[in-house]
Amino acid sequence: MSPVRHGEYEPVEKKFLTPGVKFLIAIFGVGMIFGLYRFVFGLGALTNLNDQYPLGLWIGVDVASGVALAGGGFTTAALIHIFYRDRYETIGRPAHLTAMLGYTFVSIGLLFDLGRWYNIWHPALPSMWNFNSALFEVGACVMLYLSVLYIEFIPVIAERFIGSAPKIIDAILGFLDRILDKVMWFFLILGVVLSCLHQSSLGTLMVIAPYKIHPLWYTSILPLLFLISAIAVGFPMVIFESILASKSLGRKLEMDVLRPLSRMISPILGVYWIIKIVDLTIRESWHYVLEGSLQSYMFLIEFGIGVTLPLIMLFSENVRRSPKLLFTASSLYIVFGVLLNRVNVFFIAYQPQFAVRQYIPSIGEFMVTIGLIAALVLLYRAFVTIFPILPAQEKKA
Amino acid sequence: MDLTRRGFLKFTAAAGTVGITNASKSVRAEHRKPVSPDWLGVLVDTTVCIGCRKCEWACKDFHNLPTEPIDKYENKAVFKKVRRPDAEGYTVVNSYDNPNNPEKPYYVKVQCMHCNDAACVSACIVGAFTKDERTGAVIYDAWKCIGCRYCMAACPFQIPAYEYQNALTPQIRKCNLCFSNLSKYRKQPACVAICPMETMIFGKRSELIKIAHDRIRKYPERYVDHVYGEHELGGTSWLYLSGKPMWEMHFKHYDEKPIPAYTETIQHSLFKNFLPPLALFSMLGSLMWIFKRQEQREKKQNNQEGGGK
Repeated sequence: MSPVRHGEYEPVEKKFLTPGVKFLIAIFGVGMIFGLYRFVFGLGALTNLNDQYPLGLWIGVDVASGVALAGGGFTTAALIHIFYRDRYETIGRPAHLTAMLGYTFVSIGLLFDLGRWYNIWHPALPSMWNFNSALFEVGACVMLYLSVLYIEFIPVIAERFIGSAPKIIDAILGFLDRILDKVMWFFLILGVVLSCLHQSSLGTLMVIAPYKIHPLWYTSILPLLFLISAIAVGFPMVIFESILASKSLGRKLEMDVLRPLSRMISPILGVYWIIKIVDLTIRESWHYVLEGSLQSYMFLIEFGIGVTLPLIMLFSENVRRSPKLLFTASSLYIVFGVLLNRVNVFFIAYQPQFAVRQYIPSIGEFMVTIGLIAALVLLYRAFVTIFPILPAQEKKA
Repeated sequence: MDLTRRGFLKFTAAAGTVGITNASKSVRAEHRKPVSPDWLGVLVDTTVCIGCRKCEWACKDFHNLPTEPIDKYENKAVFKKVRRPDAEGYTVVNSYDNPNNPEKPYYVKVQCMHCNDAACVSACIVGAFTKDERTGAVIYDAWKCIGCRYCMAACPFQIPAYEYQNALTPQIRKCNLCFSNLSKYRKQPACVAICPMETMIFGKRSELIKIAHDRIRKYPERYVDHVYGEHELGGTSWLYLSGKPMWEMHFKHYDEKPIPAYTETIQHSLFKNFLPPLALFSMLGSLMWIFKRQEQREKKQNNQEGGGK
């Protein structure tokens, strides 16, 4: 996958079972108890979903936000392998790992939400393809992209196990690695194309509800906004994870890579900001901002704290020099902004005509979501201790 | 640094092209499937209905849904609240004030409208909903369904209901125009057959529209001059005549543009002959090639390796 030679990456040598890890395992366990409850007694027993609000927290956070926040994978892949900025090489593997695990968990999270989850493979059957459906496009692209992400991971597995695995596995890995070395460019580009397609189609999903989605969010350019925000949140997410992982694993901050990376955020976020402003102006929807409804407050938080504030902060050199400020501005605020945007579009903006009251997710729904996030973090930790994903660091003297 | 930024802006522009093209194209209306004059439908005259709710009973009876005995349906107390169809009752009758005669409220039956160009049919990820070509009924195939409930989000009339209490084999439930009955016997839907007031007429949609306009012409004081469902969202199989506007009785005032036209234009321009994805692929491929060459040249010049360190 990457032209970096063997030995530049190495598994992190760190005890796996720390108190923090035990805590995460507990959270995951609790979440799965609630999850089991859903599979035994049905969606109605655990969730607050109803006929008026068919889509809730799991679709808004686990699926829609999951897909957006895993976007660090394709933006980083494009940066390193298409634009050949190889100074960013070292963030490539962790970003790819996050995308791979992120999309895997999107699929697992979806299983909890699907009423007939055992039919999840149906969209793969040509007899059931519905090319009119934006959801079909999202499903198909996500399935393909997930496969691409797994394929792109094979060289890392090869690097780890060649020489130490049984002969037959060794031979298979070596064979795959050699083939992939020749065709990896194809999968790298394919991954970026598939990402652009499903990130935007995810925005098309709610275009189908023009009479339900609040005008602060309803626009026919939702797919464009979803695509640009997914690109914009890519690097903040990488920075967020890098700083978090460095702190958690006791490694040196990679500021020499993160600082230039942060410089690329503001132009993209700026484009998003401008399109959003122009869109609201053209649709003459600014007065809704001040209507005093739940939707207007949520919009103000999303656009103020999630887009405008980090944009202003990122223009300041002081922010980009300080890890702490960089962490808050670029990552926390933007990641939060995009997360909130997906939640807003999928169920805060969703105002069905006959709803008796606003849908509020149940404790059980939150616990399942939190449990899945805990599992994601645990797996990330497990992967970086098993596989050569993080760049090798000089041993502490 | 400048180069990186420029490069990235280029990438953003490249990726955004797809989005921009589809946004600009979505302005142009797409050609929609034609409506067959043979499609069946039901004309509801809400000024005739007495609110006996026998249709609710007949519907449950026909579809084998749990129901109270028919005489319990006389109870008018249920009208205090606006009710909606759900997984255990595909049709309900609601009551609304009659400004001309307070003694005789308007009763409005609600069920799936069987849209000519239905949102659920377009939305479903596995095509579990189909518009039956012969009858025009919008029918559901539970065998295909994955239970994602996107149809419920898509339906402008908020009709599809979900069996939230069913853990293993939940289905989407809604009126199917007694489809199995129709295709076999050419009889009437259960609700139409039982109605003691002949509130509903079952027949070809194209003929029902004529009947509806005839009635309005004959009794202009009795009806609002509007056949609800004739043009709403591209037309529906169920049509309504009313004494006051339907949008004062929980039926929204909709445009003529069918719901699928909003998304399908975007989808179809995004995937037109697979050209946009292929174009994006080749564009990124060319960029990759250009940048790779540039990088190699720079490396040669600087005679040093690994810019990442």
